[in-house]
Amino acid sequence: MIKWQKTLLKLGALATVLTLAGCSTAKSNGSAQGNNPGKTIKIGVNMELSGSAAGYGQQQKQGIQLAVNKINQAGGIKVGQSKKKIQLVIRDNKTSNTTAASVAAQLVNNDKVVAVVGPAATNAGTASIPNMTKAEVPSVSPSATDPGYTLQKNGTVQKYIFRACFQNNYQGSSAATFMTKNLKAKNVAILTDNSSDYGTGLTKAFKQSYTGKIVSSQTFQEGDKDFNAILTALKHKRIDAIYAPGYYSELGLIIKQARQAGINVPIVGSDGMADAKLTKIAGKANTSNIYYTTPFSTKAGETNAQAASFLKAYRAKYHTTAPTFSALAYDSVYMIKSAIESEHSANSVKITTGLAHLKNFKGVTGTITMNQHHNPEKSMVIEKLTNGRVSQAYTIK
Amino acid sequence: MQTFGQQLINGLSLGSIYALLALGYTMVYGIIKLINFAHGDIYMLGAFWGYYVINGLHFNFIFAMLSAMIFCALVGVLIEYFAYRPLRHSPRITALITAIGVSFLLENTMTYFFSANTRNFPQVITTVTYHVLGLHISNIQLLILGTACLLMLLLEIIIKRTKMGKAMRAVSVDPEAAQLVGINLNHTISFTFALGSAMAGAAGVLIGLYYNSIDPLMGMTPGIKAFVAAVIGGIGSVPGASVGGFLIGLLETGVQAVGLSAYKDAVVYVVLIVILLVLPAGIFGKKTKEKV
Repeated sequence: MIKWQKTLLKLGALATVLTLAGCSTAKSNGSAQGNNPGKTIKIGVNMELSGSAAGYGQQQKQGIQLAVNKINQAGGIKVGQSKKKIQLVIRDNKTSNTTAASVAAQLVNNDKVVAVVGPAATNAGTASIPNMTKAEVPSVSPSATDPGYTLQKNGTVQKYIFRACFQNNYQGSSAATFMTKNLKAKNVAILTDNSSDYGTGLTKAFKQSYTGKIVSSQTFQEGDKDFNAILTALKHKRIDAIYAPGYYSELGLIIKQARQAGINVPIVGSDGMADAKLTKIAGKANTSNIYYTTPFSTKAGETNAQAASFLKAYRAKYHTTAPTFSALAYDSVYMIKSAIESEHSANSVKITTGLAHLKNFKGVTGTITMNQHHNPEKSMVIEKLTNGRVSQAYTIK
Repeated sequence: MQTFGQQLINGLSLGSIYALLALGYTMVYGIIKLINFAHGDIYMLGAFWGYYVINGLHFNFIFAMLSAMIFCALVGVLIEYFAYRPLRHSPRITALITAIGVSFLLENTMTYFFSANTRNFPQVITTVTYHVLGLHISNIQLLILGTACLLMLLLEIIIKRTKMGKAMRAVSVDPEAAQLVGINLNHTISFTFALGSAMAGAAGVLIGLYYNSIDPLMGMTPGIKAFVAAVIGGIGSVPGASVGGFLIGLLETGVQAVGLSAYKDAVVYVVLIVILLVLPAGIFGKKTKEKV
């Protein structure tokens, strides 16, 4: 499997080089840098709409469409004297790195978009960077959490690459602090989704900042359904808590099987868990003593006006509580809008400047200031679930 | 000791699912020498069928499972009729690639129409956990083990004691000679697909109930593991597939029990390689000399 992926990656790199070679000749007409808007502001969506990450990609698409509809209903984005509407160009990258790269090329060269939202996953995002940079079009990923995503190999920032979510180091270390200080956990076990950079990155960050003893560190794969063997082995070890960074589809099963096996210690996870489906999979009675770090609390509606209106609009359209991924994608669109307004231009290079200088942007997932590494700085929330409901939210600054 | 017993239960419940799936692989291979890679996806279809009839038509568990078996049997027959039958006389690799194509078709059609989201399976049977000698065993685990053993027994009876079973065995030995003695080749092959797919459908509903989570790609990994189980047991051999399935289940559980969870898949494939080197025909496979 891995070898197969490597071959694909190589082919992808080749394809990228070829596309780039093609576009460098096509784009030599001189004039202004980057892409300019026409009658409408074209925003591209490079998203995982099919394949293994399609669940997250679809949720993000919903968030993006919700945001765009809302902006267009209000007349569009003010650029200079007139208001222009947003036109979305949605393309599926099939959760494939090579496709993500070619989708990026298509969006910037053929569709002439001025900004891109996506991809959802770090790997697909990284594969698209060369094409985005070449065309000088910014991209905002709602959920690429790898710390290296917005950085070049030498540590300088990728000029055109932004994200709306936390990067792993911050989230992992916050979980470590929370487990030591609030849960007083001295011995923990770690269960990592090692099929994604997300899971492994969070575990790495957690291990670096956790001061207690790590009794056992186990891994699982995306799509696994049976965790009984790992959990039975953990049951007879002395542990105060479990740290399990991953997505709700597997975490729901881990929670269910852990509680059924009689493991009742707190289980702490990350924002991939923040989804109403978690409780549905795990079962209400099992979902107690569960914590996760998240940028967006569904309780946020009580204090944050943006979040309240977003939650309401989402429920009206999709008849369910908005998941974190939709909220992050929604914010990504509004971040681009805010950048266009502050620069008074929808030229792609200007939008990049606007995104880099984003300050005190009031989003659904908190008040965001973009730092020099293109990571959003916002406060983190840790939610506690009791009987499947959020019973408490701790804010970490 | 308690942990060991518990892990044994874990391994057997996991293994029974692999065994049910491996049976479908092995029967189809036995009869037309085709590795039906779409088999794992039929299992997924079974789970989705269960999901919809329980939620929409309020079937109880038994009816949901039986109807899923009938539905999957139909799908299996249709797939054979439209995808594999026209290729019966083409090279084996053509049929193999078609099987992979059918698998992708099923996965992506389901993703397109029903979205890739993970859904929770309706819990028609409340989980009750029994504590016996310090071991936890749930009624659903017992149900899975029981149903799997029952179905395997039924299959064995069908193959060994019925006329159709006799025809299946005849076709697997020599299709042309079987035709000469008056066996309808097409009917026999369709019947084999129906039988194998029905097993997969049952496994789908059982898994849905056990793990409470289904998605359009759920057939991929179990499909490959079941294929490995069929090969280890000796592809083409029905008891071999059952034993192979349980073996893989126990092996995976064992590897995780000793704390090597990162290597659980690797170990399964290493065992496959070792078996292929030492016993190329698998544990129950017959050694046949290739006639030239």
